[in-house]
Amino acid sequence: MTDTTLEFAPAAEPLEKNYLNEETTLWSWLTTTDHKRIGILYTLSITFFFFIGGLAIGVVRLELMTPHADIVSAEAYNRLFSLHGIIMVWFFLVPSIPTTLGNFLVPMMIGAHDVAFPRLNLLSWYLFMLGALFTLYVLIAGGVDTGWTFYTPLSTSYATGHVAAAAAGVFVAGFSTIATGVNFVATIHMLRAPGMTWFRLPLFVWSMYAVSLVMLLATPVLAMTLLLIFAERVFGMPVFDPAQGGDPLLFQHLFWFYSHPAVYIMILPAMGVVSEIFTCFARRRIFGYTFMVYALLAIAVVGFMVWGHHMFVAGQSALADLVFSFLSFIVAVPSAIKVFNWTATLYRGQISFEAPMLYAMGFLALFTLGGLTGLHLASVPLDIHLHDTYFVIAHFHFIMVGGTVSAFLGGIHYWWPKFTGRMYPESWARFAAITMSIGFITTFLPQYVMGYAGMPRRYQIYLPQFQIYHVISSVGAMILAVAYIMPLLYLGWSLLYGRRAGSNPWGATGLEWQTSSPPPKENFHGTPRVVEGPYVYHDAETASGSEQAAPRPQGAHR
Amino acid sequence: MIGFSDVPEISQYASAIDVKFIVLTALTGAMGILVFVLVIVFSIRYRRGSPASRAPLPRWMQRDVEIGWTVATLFTFLFVFWWMAGAQLSALAQPKTNFEIHIEAKQWMWKVEQPNGAREINAIHVPANTDVRLIMTSDDVIHSLFLPALRIKRDVLPGRYTYLWFKAQRPGTYNFMCTQFCGTDHARMIGHFVVMTPEDYARWSMAQPETDDLAREGARLFVSFGCSGCHAPGSRVHAPDLHGLYGRQIPLDGGGFVTADETYIRDCILLNKHIPAGYPPVMPHFQGVVNEEQVTSLLAYIRSLSAEQQGASR
Repeated sequence: MTDTTLEFAPAAEPLEKNYLNEETTLWSWLTTTDHKRIGILYTLSITFFFFIGGLAIGVVRLELMTPHADIVSAEAYNRLFSLHGIIMVWFFLVPSIPTTLGNFLVPMMIGAHDVAFPRLNLLSWYLFMLGALFTLYVLIAGGVDTGWTFYTPLSTSYATGHVAAAAAGVFVAGFSTIATGVNFVATIHMLRAPGMTWFRLPLFVWSMYAVSLVMLLATPVLAMTLLLIFAERVFGMPVFDPAQGGDPLLFQHLFWFYSHPAVYIMILPAMGVVSEIFTCFARRRIFGYTFMVYALLAIAVVGFMVWGHHMFVAGQSALADLVFSFLSFIVAVPSAIKVFNWTATLYRGQISFEAPMLYAMGFLALFTLGGLTGLHLASVPLDIHLHDTYFVIAHFHFIMVGGTVSAFLGGIHYWWPKFTGRMYPESWARFAAITMSIGFITTFLPQYVMGYAGMPRRYQIYLPQFQIYHVISSVGAMILAVAYIMPLLYLGWSLLYGRRAGSNPWGATGLEWQTSSPPPKENFHGTPRVVEGPYVYHDAETASGSEQAAPRPQGAHR
Repeated sequence: MIGFSDVPEISQYASAIDVKFIVLTALTGAMGILVFVLVIVFSIRYRRGSPASRAPLPRWMQRDVEIGWTVATLFTFLFVFWWMAGAQLSALAQPKTNFEIHIEAKQWMWKVEQPNGAREINAIHVPANTDVRLIMTSDDVIHSLFLPALRIKRDVLPGRYTYLWFKAQRPGTYNFMCTQFCGTDHARMIGHFVVMTPEDYARWSMAQPETDDLAREGARLFVSFGCSGCHAPGSRVHAPDLHGLYGRQIPLDGGGFVTADETYIRDCILLNKHIPAGYPPVMPHFQGVVNEEQVTSLLAYIRSLSAEQQGASR
């Protein structure tokens, strides 16, 4: 099955020293500079925050079963959805794939022994934990009721919650994002193994490179914006308060200048993950590798120029509406190309349907549905009707949850044998993957319908005609909850009782598979040499381009 | 959507939006189905170990297909943009109408002032088949006025005016609501939007408690706040005459022009921003002295000065 030839045989595994059993004290974990261990620390942390954010929205969905206020007060409701948004965006989605799979895999995929700045990497985790735990404390003990968007002047002059403290927490966590971005850019530029040219990089590494650039350029804008909120709320510096000559719309421009690229921070890594999975389980080279690379970069660049499509009804000029609408249609093109390329990758493959592949196919379906409805929202006349309704909620959940979370779970399953050295239980995982897609569609498809019918977002009480959609949606959320809890249980089980995986259970081609599982502390015994492009899952096409006509692989050298 | 009994479309504009939504949904739906069908067909045909041929791809498939679908997608998306932008631009043309309703949003209610000065809370009555213009501002945070039956919405901001205009056609009672999250009771900022036949509207309007109309109230305030001391024709202070001011291009002190719309006049009253060229900056600002409702009345009065003049010159 595998085309790659390995020059070393996997040693007798239980005895081999690896990054997990080299040192086992808690102190060794808290002071580690090993990118793999930091990836594990991040995985545990963001999983915790994911379930906190999920718990909050669980109460919200329960409340929405009826049109009246039943179990929480209006204020508590507002605090719950604010907590859900803030936690999920900044402490789960933004760090999700880069800090976990990215930290673990980027050095391994390019044949490096660690990231460029290992201590900065550890610092980024501490900054993340500091910011995240402080924010969580503020959100639970004090409460913030502005939504995750902190719109002014509500957040600066009117909201009663602890806005300034929450802004400070997010501000601190932002530096961990910047540190991760710096690390990846430097690592990918400087530490590629001999022969690992730019156009031999796996698409996952390209996606990490693109996302790092976005993190570096966008996150400082968020930091500035939060500082201005802080200054206005705590020191009374009038920046956004119109009563003192400030401009509340300025905040929205600054905020979306970060927050729209942040959407790409969430989705680009997911695109990288599924590119790895599709090729492996279809035993196929990625279709149109160079197009895939340029599409990633195009999304990262053009993604900076579309923020105004969040403000079509906010009072910006008609010309600005027109320009932002145009650019939003343009940014959809590379995303569509990627969908076509993944589909074409399946053509003439040898497809099998293990759990990672099911998650990747779920990603493809849900991302396509979410992306296509983006065209509705990019159209100014339609967005004027749909803005701030459940249609928008459904749209971005399809992309961020249907897309990113599916890819995240797919990636976790795919690389689980590499992380832990053990296999997860396959049938349970397939069941969870399918349950997730079903639960997701049940939750969010009705939200498109009620959004068009005029159901506004962030409403605790609503008109009775929407109840049927809310009930379906809440039932879907319960299915979804089950689908998220299942992996926690069976993956935990497999840590102790899972079958030993061997170094390359999928017969995959990436460098990360050419070393033992779990990998040794220094990743490779020696430095790997790379002689060809990624995804050599089948013979090069007879009439293909030059990059695919490379000689047979040599694998990793000792 | 057409057929949603809960969201009737009650204007030509709303029907046009529904058509656009349905056509775009059909188009994107076709693209989605194309992808899903291909994925399913490939998954079955090329499942591992199936007998289907895995011969090498011919050269044209490597590159031409890629360029083909890139260009096709680009042109499809550009076409949709062009189609939607056309609708956006034609919707920009504000109708000429004197039927203006002032809306003041505050946490957490809508205060509405009819053209004849009648006031309502959380209800907007309008006559059918009449061009209506809403002039909206907020007392505190950003709100957003959403009229689902008309498929329109606009944010309502503090410190400036935003506008909505429509011609509702089918009499009935519908909803309007706030869609920009505005604090604790956001979900209670919801009201009735009542479209009446012009005859019913006239009857309803007559039955409202007697109030001065806005312009008359404004004229009274104009004197009581002392505005007339300077701005009345023949005053000894060098202040601009306000007759014919509304809607005119005003040259500014320091260069440039600004249109004297509601926002400009409001800023002049409250903040004394934008001094017109040729006048000394002697006017006191009225921030905290004149409230939003009084500004609205003063605006109506100043607008009426221009309407008078237009009438006189005709």
